[in-house]
Amino acid sequence: MASARPGVSVLNVHLRLVYVFLYAPILVLMVLSLNKGGMPTAWTGVSFKWYVRLAESPEIISAAVNTLIVAVVSTVIATILGTLLALGVERRRASSGLDALLFAPMIIPDIVLAIALLSLFTLLEVTLGLHSIILSHVVFNIAFVCAVVRTRLKHFDHSVIEASADLGAGEFTTFRRVTLPMIFPGVLAGALLAFTLSVDEFIIAFFTAGAGSSSTTLPMRIYSMIRFGVTPEINAMATIVMFVSFTLVFLSQRVNKGAITGE
Amino acid sequence: MPGVGWLTMFMIVPCLIVFFYSFFERGVYGGIEFNFTLDNFRRAGESIYLTIFLDSARIAGLATAIAVVVAYPAAYAISLAPRERQTRYLFLVMLPFWSNYLIRTYAWIVLLNREGIINKGLGAVGVIDEPLSILYNEFAVITGLVYNYLPFVILAIYSSIQRLNPEIREASEDLGAPPWKTFLRVTLPLTLPGVAAGAVFVFVLSIGNFITPDLLGGGRLQMVGNLIYDQFLSARDWPFGASLSMILIAIMMALLFTQAAMVNRAQEQKEGARG
Repeated sequence: MASARPGVSVLNVHLRLVYVFLYAPILVLMVLSLNKGGMPTAWTGVSFKWYVRLAESPEIISAAVNTLIVAVVSTVIATILGTLLALGVERRRASSGLDALLFAPMIIPDIVLAIALLSLFTLLEVTLGLHSIILSHVVFNIAFVCAVVRTRLKHFDHSVIEASADLGAGEFTTFRRVTLPMIFPGVLAGALLAFTLSVDEFIIAFFTAGAGSSSTTLPMRIYSMIRFGVTPEINAMATIVMFVSFTLVFLSQRVNKGAITGE
Repeated sequence: MPGVGWLTMFMIVPCLIVFFYSFFERGVYGGIEFNFTLDNFRRAGESIYLTIFLDSARIAGLATAIAVVVAYPAAYAISLAPRERQTRYLFLVMLPFWSNYLIRTYAWIVLLNREGIINKGLGAVGVIDEPLSILYNEFAVITGLVYNYLPFVILAIYSSIQRLNPEIREASEDLGAPPWKTFLRVTLPLTLPGVAAGAVFVFVLSIGNFITPDLLGGGRLQMVGNLIYDQFLSARDWPFGASLSMILIAIMMALLFTQAAMVNRAQEQKEGARG
């Protein structure tokens, strides 16, 4: 029995400690967000007042609306382009250049992509605002959507497409009636991930938002709150944002098993 | 494929602009003078900037090493779990990785500050008399980097353990090798490409990181990412910032190529052994 080996139980204890390490900091924030006194170390009773204070802040609300606009629009664009890209890539012979192009947005340091996009927009004299954040967010979102859809396509039985064509269906009908339903879980999972990434992204938005508070997104607001100091409102904000991400990521894994764990 | 067009327009072209900017002079009022020069790169080699590069590499290297050492046994433990539970375990590892980076980093300010939970806790048990200075220094930055990237390293190592043919391990054990020897001589060498993939990823994302040194280094600790940020937003020396970015990209590409070469060599050896 493998589990009877002492080495294995040491490994399992280690794994549990890793989970504690990963989740304890997040749980601490969640618990503190309910602390009435707002002090990080003295518990003075449960209260939702920090959440109420957030909801009453017009700056937070407008940042949340901006974030939603950016995330929805960039996700829609990236989902369409990323899916088409995945279908196109899988149909061709393997190309390392194309693979590199699709891998680059995931590995390029955010700060470099941020200054590069700022340079582009400045050179083209594009006014900065929510639209420039959207154009920028689509870049990394395409890569993630494409990756998830490609994994889905790997398990795809291409003979059904031939069967559809043999039965007289046109290319578009085949796509709509055969290909799309089969890859749809991958597309949806990719879209959910793209949405999550966009909602959470800070540096690129910060560089491409331009001056003025009209295009401030939630992560930009959170960043300035953190720079200002540790406040109980941030804990409440953190709890909400974490719940949103966790839900989206959970749904993504649910609709397409392996979207997160890459199997 | 319009996606390729988008990536070209909003990733390749911007990076090329930065590449060209790195060879120009800075204008008097912060703009770009289109006179060719190599001064930006020469300046990046000056001792204050070289120190920042070396510090960044050291911090990223330490974070990577710690992440790999912590991740390997965790990934191994997951791979030994019953098949149907492995996906769930892995999902739990990856869940924090997909959530807000700023907030995950901020959590460590709450934990590590002088009035924070760790200091208060240790003080209450009597382990320390004075609060420890564990925030706004290298320790905090490395902790933050390990925390944020550990899930990815676990995933990378787990997938390479998964791909391992179990028969090879069994053969080693049948030939009388004790488990530790099988691990050291068989499992570990065969999973090194996965370890390298995870390590390169963490190193690259760490060395170019901005948020973690900015929030957990408390402005006292500068890494390349912060230096680039300053050149673009405060010093307004875009050509110099561009040259720093290009150096960062060059380091990144060199590491990725080395890792790819390593994987290819491992592949060839495998095929050679079979052939």
